[in-house]
Amino acid sequence: MNSIRKIFTSNMSVMSTLCAVAISLLLAILLLWFSGAPPIETGKLLLEGSLGNATRLSDTSMVWVPLALASASLIITFAAGLWNIGVEGQIIVGAIFASFVAREFDAPPPLLWGAMIMAGGFGGMFWGGLTGLLRIKGKVNEIFGGLGLTFVATGLVIYLVIGPWKRAGIASTSGTAPFDTKAWFPTIMELRISPLAIFLALAGLWLVYYLLKQSKFGLQLRATGINATAASRLGVRTERNLMLAFLLGGILAGIAGTVQVGAIHHKLVPSISGGYGYLAILVVLLGNYKSFRSGLISFFFAMIAVGSIQWQLRLDLHSSLGGVTQGILVLVTLIVVAIFSQIKRNKRIKDAS
Amino acid sequence: MFRNILKSKKLLFIIVPIFVFAGFACSSDSADSDKDALTFGMILVGPRDDRGWSQAHFEGGQYIEEKLGATMITIDKVNPADSPNVTVPQIVDDMIDQGAQLIFATSDDMKDGILEAAANHPDVPMIWSSGDSAWTEGKDYRSDLKNLGNVMGQMEYGKMIAGCAAALQSDTGKISFLGPLINDETRRLVNSAYLGAKHCWTEIAGKDASSLSFEVVWIGFWFQIPGVTLDPTQVVNEFFDSGSDVVISGIDTPEAIVRAEQIAAGGETVWAVPYDYENACDLGESVCLGVPFFNWGPSYLEIAKSVNDDDFEATWTWAAPNWDDLEDTDDGAIGFKKGAGLTDDNAKHLDKFISSLEDNDINLWTGPLNYQDGSVFLKDGEEASDLQIWYTSTLLEGIDGASSAD
Repeated sequence: MNSIRKIFTSNMSVMSTLCAVAISLLLAILLLWFSGAPPIETGKLLLEGSLGNATRLSDTSMVWVPLALASASLIITFAAGLWNIGVEGQIIVGAIFASFVAREFDAPPPLLWGAMIMAGGFGGMFWGGLTGLLRIKGKVNEIFGGLGLTFVATGLVIYLVIGPWKRAGIASTSGTAPFDTKAWFPTIMELRISPLAIFLALAGLWLVYYLLKQSKFGLQLRATGINATAASRLGVRTERNLMLAFLLGGILAGIAGTVQVGAIHHKLVPSISGGYGYLAILVVLLGNYKSFRSGLISFFFAMIAVGSIQWQLRLDLHSSLGGVTQGILVLVTLIVVAIFSQIKRNKRIKDAS
Repeated sequence: MFRNILKSKKLLFIIVPIFVFAGFACSSDSADSDKDALTFGMILVGPRDDRGWSQAHFEGGQYIEEKLGATMITIDKVNPADSPNVTVPQIVDDMIDQGAQLIFATSDDMKDGILEAAANHPDVPMIWSSGDSAWTEGKDYRSDLKNLGNVMGQMEYGKMIAGCAAALQSDTGKISFLGPLINDETRRLVNSAYLGAKHCWTEIAGKDASSLSFEVVWIGFWFQIPGVTLDPTQVVNEFFDSGSDVVISGIDTPEAIVRAEQIAAGGETVWAVPYDYENACDLGESVCLGVPFFNWGPSYLEIAKSVNDDDFEATWTWAAPNWDDLEDTDDGAIGFKKGAGLTDDNAKHLDKFISSLEDNDINLWTGPLNYQDGSVFLKDGEEASDLQIWYTSTLLEGIDGASSAD
């Protein structure tokens, strides 16, 4: 895993990323062709289905928001050298906290939205902080701590949905009753797009960019990520920085959960995280741990998620092909990038000799 | 050299796909449906080939295509676990964009989504199967949604027959019910299966009611979602391990019959009654006592015709079986196919029971019946109304298992 990361961070240019994505997209379409999908029609439907009109663009944007926020969360912890796999659980806990506010409090909508965002951010921060405590104080690797806490979060959301927050007379894992419409994030032009959610995603990506590129904290965090021992000897408070990375990452993931309940589902469902925490790992890997690139790649993945519905509706293709395409894209991109990196390395060696 | 090639080609890698896709995206929309033929959307909660609930709906849609020359647009696995990024209103928008003039949302789980979609498109007829939003006397009547109707088959009869078959064939008198989630629909179907089992255990087999055990375990959803629901195969194992010899399935998928067949192959005497899909017994013929199934085609065809004729009305329909032939797929909303596992004698007894239901000689929803906690549901001789049956608030006395999440 570290070698893959090294390849990306040291050698991968914007151009090679784009080339890799373009090649892998073509290969993915070819593979879809072999499974019975006409390649040109498939590509066309992907574009039409995700960007073809205002409604579809708005739906794609709303898939982009939680994925971009989860990616932003991961970038900040990756910078500290942490594999924060537990972001999935942090999304869930953020959604639970935001749902609590939506269900239990009555206030004018703007106040309610603000309270939901704060509660969701706090929930994610709390869960991220637990992973951080396990890592820093308990010496439990964050991968295992994060995964364990994600299982706990999943258990908690199922308990709430089928238990205390169940619909009257019903015991089903299909979700709670919808929130009062006051708690629904506002949308525009009869579309499902929520400017507030878009703002949160853009702000999250910008915040991560600013912190890592423009702030002393970011410098210290990256120093901690590259070599914690050396950073510590230079006076950097590494444990504090690691904890802050977990807390900040948790806030962003928690806000992603808030968007899921406040702007998309309008209720709490067991699978509220939508798998974005895991998908974001691939996004960030492809985005070379950069905010802007990860934001773009998140949008591309959102296009596949929304646009691939058309493959089933129009071409009668199997419903899982969207996910298969995402998997192919990641796999092929990794291979292509690795080949590019090797070519560059060979060239450098040749030039040097 | 390779670098030079890369330099010259890499722009192509980016530019060519963009132009190809942009060119096609800007081209005119490919309206692929014949303007005169009906186009309708079918939204399925599970896979279209699940050998259960979703396949029954899918084949109901194919029935419309065959009889009316209509075109079906299908999307399956629409549930938060399989399709977390997809919502029902989003799908309805896409289907209408594609020319759908009628939408079927075929799961209780789609309630919130189809109510929202119906409000968004008041001019497009829609059906929420199994729902009650168009029932003027119902608890959740939505008078504002003039375009959203409901259809449900009278599966209570199918479950009574299933319960009877289970009781007739059981040696141990321990019958188990593999339940999905708990709501009005599932409570009334479990109650119906119990009433059928109790009647045939006491009145036909002549055994004492106290020697009959009827247990239900709920998995938490209409089908298994790994990590979220109980594993139905594991639940079936536990049923048989605890002494049950018949499992009646109430979930969308056929784990009960598949597992029973495997256990029977190991030498044990067990039976199963699958659910939903007319050919579900094919998955375990030797252990199958029969299958109560939904026959959506005729009801859906009537609705499609009404849309074609421009006289669609958003009504609530609780459609009856075709008692003359419970296996007739051209008539009746539900049916029952006897399985090869049922003995000849029991098959004859079951036929008599079915005849009694048909002739109204017996009405199992007649008092005295108590709720699970012992309080009175129906007084002696009192017959339950449609409202009482549809919205039965708890399981009946005699059934072991949860009536709600409390």
